[in-house]
Amino acid sequence: MVVDELRDEAVDDLFHALADPTRRDILRRCAADEPSVSRLAQAYPMSFAAVQKHVAVLERAGLVTKERRGREQLVHTDAAAVDRARQALDELASTWRGRVDRMSDLLR
Amino acid sequence: MSVTRVDTDNDNLTVTLVAEFDASIDQVWALWSDPHKLERWWGPPGYPATVERHDLTAGGQVKYRMTGPEGDPHHGLWSVTAVDPPTSLEFTDAFAEPDGTPIADMPVSTITVRLVDREGGTRMELRASFESREDMDTWVATGTIEGLREAVGQTDALLSE
Repeated sequence: MVVDELRDEAVDDLFHALADPTRRDILRRCAADEPSVSRLAQAYPMSFAAVQKHVAVLERAGLVTKERRGREQLVHTDAAAVDRARQALDELASTWRGRVDRMSDLLR
Repeated sequence: MSVTRVDTDNDNLTVTLVAEFDASIDQVWALWSDPHKLERWWGPPGYPATVERHDLTAGGQVKYRMTGPEGDPHHGLWSVTAVDPPTSLEFTDAFAEPDGTPIADMPVSTITVRLVDREGGTRMELRASFESREDMDTWVATGTIEGLREAVGQTDALLSE
């Protein structure tokens, strides 16, 4: 497995990016689709500039990519980045399931 | 037989688990508080644990090592933040050098345990969380716990008694 080396600032960026519910919602929208920033902005009760800022935070954290097509900027979620987090949590869950099974065996 | 509910919260980097044991609260607490019992369930198959030091008090530490299939040692350290026997325990678990110094840049997880007396049994509520997304990435990347998936759903006892 390739180990990505994350700088300290990258870690903070990632954590900061995921801590906001609007940004998490943007991630979900951009996972299945490639909306333009304008289309995204219509989905939230905030200014276009505010949505742009959220997208910028996500992009800085490596969670979305922006691609210019004509006059539009299309936003797409980097599934690998999100999947890594999910995978780690699944493994943590597996670790604890195994421990609970062994605890149960000891209590017999 | 334990019934387990496991939830993962991707937003809060947390795993929450609820298990019901057919044993008294003191018996379940002993799995944590008795180092000889702890080392029998802490390590996954192939990585038996040995508890070297066990001080389950606020500010105390539990030092352990797991020995891998090739004799490779993996040291770990709990830093206990809070304990209220026999009902609750909170600690962080970190990879460590042989002398117990936590290894920088390796994942740290925070664990909280709550035991609740249920008539005829005990419920254990456990939360495990990573401190940061970097910790999570490192966990996946190093593949530290091998053979983990075989441990899930195993019903035969590690030790028969």
